[in-house]
Amino acid sequence: MTRLSGGLIDRSAPLNFTFNGKSYQGFAGDTLASALFANGVRLVGRSFKYHRPRGIVSAGSEEPNGLVTLGHGARQTPNTRATMVPLFEGLEARSQNHIGPLGFDMMAVNDLAAPLLSAGFYYKTFMWPKAFWEKLYEPAIRRAAGLGALSGQPDPDEYDRGYLHPDVLIIGAGAAGLIAALLAGRAGVDVVLADEDARMGGRLLAEGGVLNDTPAPDWVAGVLAELASLPNVRLMPRTTVFGVYDHGIFGAVEQGADPLIGPRETLWRITAKQAILASGATERHIPFANNDRPGILLSGAMRAYANRWAVTPQGAATDRIAIFTNNDDGHRTALALRALGQPVFAVIDTRNDARSLGDYTTHEGAVVSDTMGRKGLRAIEVTQGDRSTWYECGVLGVSGGWNPNVHLASHHRGRPHWDENRLCFLSEDAPQGLHIAGAAAGQGSTEAALKSGLSAARAALKTLGVKVPRMTLPQANSEPDQISAFWHVPSRSRAWVDLQNDVTVKDLKLAHQENMAPVEHLKRWTTLGMATDQGKTANVTALAVMAELTGKTIPETGTTIFRPPYTPVSLGVLGGGDTGVHFRPRRLTPTHHWADARGAVFVEAGAWMRAQYYPTPGETHWRETVDREAAAVRAGVGICDVTTLGKIDVQGADAGAFLDRIYANMMGTLKPGKVRYGLMLREDGQLYDDGTCACLAEGHYVVTTTTANAGLVLQRMEFASQCLWPELDVSLISTTDAWAQIAIAGPKSRELLARFVDDFDLSNDAFPFMGCAALTICKGLRARLFRISFSGELAYELAVPARYGHAVMARLMEEGADLGVTPYGTEALGVLRIEKGHATANEITGQTTAAMLGLGRMVSAKKDSIGAVMSRREGLVDETRRLVGFVPVDADDPVVAGAHLFAPDAPQDLAHDQGWITSACYSPHVGSMIGLGYIESGADRTGEEVIAANPLEGQHIRMKITSAHFVDPEGERLRD
Amino acid sequence: MLIPHPLLGPRDAQEFTYLGDASLLSRPDPDAPDAVDAFCDYVFLRDNPAGVHKELWYHEQGDRSWLVVIRNTVTHEVLGAELATDVMRAKGAT
Amino acid sequence: MTFSGFRVIKEALTGHRGWGPLWRTPDPQPEYDIIIIGGGGHGLATAYNLARTYGKQRIAVLEKGWLGSGNIGRNTTIIRSNYLLPGNQPFYELSMKLWENQEQDLNFNSMVSQRTILNLFHSDGQRDAYRRRGNTMHLTGAGGTLLGADELRQIAPYLNFDNARFPIKGALRQERAGTARHDGVAWGYARAADRLGVDIIQNCEVTGFEIEQGRVTGVETSRGCIGAAKVGVAVAGSTSRVMQMAGLRLPIESHVLQAFVSEGLKPTVPGVITFGAGHFYVSQSDKGGLVFGGDIDGYNSYAQRGNLPVVEDVIEGGMAIMPMIGRARLLRSWGGIMDMSMDGSPIIDRTPIEGLYLNAGWCYGGFKATPASGRVFAHLLATDTPHETATAFRLDRFARGYVIDEKGAGAQPNLH
Repeated sequence: MTRLSGGLIDRSAPLNFTFNGKSYQGFAGDTLASALFANGVRLVGRSFKYHRPRGIVSAGSEEPNGLVTLGHGARQTPNTRATMVPLFEGLEARSQNHIGPLGFDMMAVNDLAAPLLSAGFYYKTFMWPKAFWEKLYEPAIRRAAGLGALSGQPDPDEYDRGYLHPDVLIIGAGAAGLIAALLAGRAGVDVVLADEDARMGGRLLAEGGVLNDTPAPDWVAGVLAELASLPNVRLMPRTTVFGVYDHGIFGAVEQGADPLIGPRETLWRITAKQAILASGATERHIPFANNDRPGILLSGAMRAYANRWAVTPQGAATDRIAIFTNNDDGHRTALALRALGQPVFAVIDTRNDARSLGDYTTHEGAVVSDTMGRKGLRAIEVTQGDRSTWYECGVLGVSGGWNPNVHLASHHRGRPHWDENRLCFLSEDAPQGLHIAGAAAGQGSTEAALKSGLSAARAALKTLGVKVPRMTLPQANSEPDQISAFWHVPSRSRAWVDLQNDVTVKDLKLAHQENMAPVEHLKRWTTLGMATDQGKTANVTALAVMAELTGKTIPETGTTIFRPPYTPVSLGVLGGGDTGVHFRPRRLTPTHHWADARGAVFVEAGAWMRAQYYPTPGETHWRETVDREAAAVRAGVGICDVTTLGKIDVQGADAGAFLDRIYANMMGTLKPGKVRYGLMLREDGQLYDDGTCACLAEGHYVVTTTTANAGLVLQRMEFASQCLWPELDVSLISTTDAWAQIAIAGPKSRELLARFVDDFDLSNDAFPFMGCAALTICKGLRARLFRISFSGELAYELAVPARYGHAVMARLMEEGADLGVTPYGTEALGVLRIEKGHATANEITGQTTAAMLGLGRMVSAKKDSIGAVMSRREGLVDETRRLVGFVPVDADDPVVAGAHLFAPDAPQDLAHDQGWITSACYSPHVGSMIGLGYIESGADRTGEEVIAANPLEGQHIRMKITSAHFVDPEGERLRD
Repeated sequence: MLIPHPLLGPRDAQEFTYLGDASLLSRPDPDAPDAVDAFCDYVFLRDNPAGVHKELWYHEQGDRSWLVVIRNTVTHEVLGAELATDVMRAKGAT
Repeated sequence: MTFSGFRVIKEALTGHRGWGPLWRTPDPQPEYDIIIIGGGGHGLATAYNLARTYGKQRIAVLEKGWLGSGNIGRNTTIIRSNYLLPGNQPFYELSMKLWENQEQDLNFNSMVSQRTILNLFHSDGQRDAYRRRGNTMHLTGAGGTLLGADELRQIAPYLNFDNARFPIKGALRQERAGTARHDGVAWGYARAADRLGVDIIQNCEVTGFEIEQGRVTGVETSRGCIGAAKVGVAVAGSTSRVMQMAGLRLPIESHVLQAFVSEGLKPTVPGVITFGAGHFYVSQSDKGGLVFGGDIDGYNSYAQRGNLPVVEDVIEGGMAIMPMIGRARLLRSWGGIMDMSMDGSPIIDRTPIEGLYLNAGWCYGGFKATPASGRVFAHLLATDTPHETATAFRLDRFARGYVIDEKGAGAQPNLH
């Protein structure tokens, strides 16, 4: 065990967990990473390409090596960073990406083949024989690639979604973020303080310093207590702000506080007036030969493990510790570990003028040039000038300087600039309203971070027009960091730049040799920066190495910008919990529950659920039911809920003139009490919707639309009203949900309806086809009645206030029992309309014209309407395809929609393609299957024989062209 | 994105449906001799600028008003928004 | 230098000292016979075809950034030839045939992987539409199968069959569809074109056209004027900006499309899958990342970044059909600028300016078209006649009323 004294762990709360099936114990306050170190576990995974043994290298969200799979079964979660998992009782973790045990990964053979697997090698081979790529090479590559595995089962957890609108969002609760939150909180504005860590405090928890003589963790606790007491401040630990979007909108994910209770994660959309980015900095390493062994960590991470979690990454307590650095910060780790009594024997500092800050040996002007220890560091080679010496060493901390976390500041594609003094990229072009503070702004010392946090908060408050309270800063460490530009130790062996993706200095050299030096080519050719840390630990170092190879400066070589998300975000939470049947809302018709009680089968119709058919006892096949329903309408009376069709109420002195411009045909001449069928074109002259328009009174119309286009038609009518002809006096509102509408169809429909209407003359003379009226039914219920027919039979549509739909449907069934009234669903509706030759979405596809429906003459040339002018274009005028009917020559043959049409002796290719079948069904009326479809020159081909070719399903059926109106082509029934 | 609705204040862009260039407000004269050509330009051709763009947004999940929004297509910065009816009436007045 | 497995082994044994540059870094010559503006997939493929298929010489590709930096470098890598309309399908089937020989033609492994596509359908109407489409495919030899829900379940048991708002009723499958390594496609064409003598000039931005009496004579660039007898423009995403320098307005809007990749995962999704009741398409890369996308953001943009509502919408779609991906994590998202045309189909045509040719309007389907686009654009540049598979992609089809509108959405680019 390598647990030290002190730390911010709760030793009274031991927690049991397993790693690769073996049981271990840690404490509350541990992360999985610190608990593994505390148990002497250093080997935790394998690298992506060479399957090299790897250990944890960082203490934060940038961790490239320590990826494990958590949990099992449907809750199995791959690629989880051990450094970011707060330990909990019963946690199960497994290493990933190896075949066989972690210690003896069979795939490690790749490491021996490393010379073959150079950058970009796969673009140069695997090309012969041709068929082998899909069959052999690629499957092998795919099996070897990838990291962890999904369970393959649906994610069983819940996710939530929320919205916040603070005045100030502060990202990061380290020194800068805390002081900014305190100032803004005291100023009284709404503050959200978010930090990815489960415990707020940032590096203050890792450094072990003092503020005003108070130990940093205690100072943090005091600030947090005050913030928690302010009602205008919301503290959000475990919350990663992952993306900066337009106009002050941020995406954030909050991890559930308890792995067992509540949503697993919550997606927050935070709209903030001002924001402060205080996201700290990420330490970078220095590539040298074999710098990837377990036990080699970032130096700052070692300090965090020691001070916050009271652990060291030693394999055994006697393991000696060394630090390799190009800056003062590395010495701080040596001091901190010495203070805790740890065996730090040397600091290897690249600077010639380096000095020890404490009781340890400093090798100035020296480098670590190689290491030994396959599954854990055993020795390092130190080279000073031309003299190299091996030292026994179990832990090596590496410090190559710190990269400010400017990622979020460049989500709007602003490029960071290179600061030659601090040797890092700083943001220059942050999104509006985003202030950068603390180490993220290159202000690394505690004092500087506090100062810059305060000034960022002041700037934000001033922009908000809020009085800024006075505040004095605590005394804190203000040592500036000296750093020298030292980027890698040249070597003939491999020196890792991107640890997870196994990109080495050699790969960078090869990319340069192959003219892949531009940074974007470099990344794509070598996969540098494409790993789960997205280059946080590698990109700047790689740029510096490439600059050295090309003899250019770092800014000349390139910059890297970052894209969302800041750290990987689970897809479950981005889906926000709207999964399964809750993917989209379901709209239910007013008679839904009535139909459900009768055993109806439902079908999705856009957002709506509609009754598809109503099986009765004894019916064994849907066709049996649908045939019965359709026959009942033709012979007696059927009822069907048609509420889903769009209804738009149009009122105003100019409503008629307005509708004349909306519809291609004349509508303004429609008299009160009358209904007319209408066509709507897009401005490009193509047909996009059809329906009826009823004139209820002078200046008052009801327009119906297809179910699918209800929203679109209203949108386009509003456009016409507000944007094209605002001078017209017209008002629009959708009444689709206000009225339940029921079709009552069949020769006995008048008889049934007569039992409902109050003092209303339904006779053909008094209320003829295409009449409409406002009336009352059932002794006083207000209703609207339209004599329109989709089936071709005598039919009505009755509208009642939506809340009465259910009751009216039930009454129709009761009162019409002796007439054999039959409820019918969308399937029978479809059969009836195909038999009658009425078009629906299968025919009106947005690619069709009025002429194709045989309704070209409805497009009035006497008036302006939307689409009228453009319908005169050559391609539309010359269109010869027309909607016709089809019956199979052999009555037993099927007719399928989607078959293409050919002359009987023509070759079946696109050049001879004459059209297609749009809709098909079995017609009880005809006694065979029938179809509708478009065919070239269809207006005068009735009786001709064609082939309906469906090579997709191996069908070639002889068809005869008929009228599209299989039932009552003269339209006598509906006028009866 | 946020759209500064002239009547309702800043609203999330998700409440809106986008149509395109505000030149769609300038429907050509259907009776002009070259009406077909003018409509073809009107319906199909766009300046498509990289920079300031006047464009039409419909507050579909709100008050159903059409807005003319001035927005930079490179930075997404919104520079203003007016009711389309106001824009049309102002045009009629001049 | 020819790439081969043998060569890789030889270099491995000799310290990789023999690998040379994949392409040269030439300075621009004072003039060329043909200049292609745009060093993306389509521009590079055009240059390659001009040199290889049509035997042309003195060709330059001018690229304002680094080659392959446009949409060829930021797409979801899907290749397919499963279009509905006769104006489109033969062209995309030509492209598929070219993909099938890509590696051998270019001596570069672009990892063309014919791993099949499944277009899910959720209603009878959708099934009918897919049947019509599948038959168009068969009429061009593209193949295809219509699967019912039961068959589909055998193939893709991880899809959400049992708890869906829009139940999956089947799929249109094209076995020959799949993916290709997008950067590898750009590099393969660049290297092959360079080996045929094409000058690929990076960091060279075109700032104007030299036009005399209605005829193009050259281009002005950030690296000086360069003369040319013919200029082909293949700059999807920037088309309006570039063509505006020649005084042309086009039926194109620029929109941002976001795309997404997850962390690396062991093989879990074998082919390409598209959702039919929301907008979502996904495949898994050879590296293990789930690569997916959905709708464009829907507003004019040149910003190469999108917004959160579409991120959520796309991933909701993914979770709806594949609830197992909830435990996977989004690694990176990015935005590309699409030439959204007024009918959703591309334009490959001459322009009113003699010697100036246009290749544009790919919406978000340009990647799969790369080989055929290069072939037919080169054909047009070389012969001044449209290639037989691209006769419908004319600029005047809008005015004349012969649009190729696969979705039937009309002249509203953000609906295509």
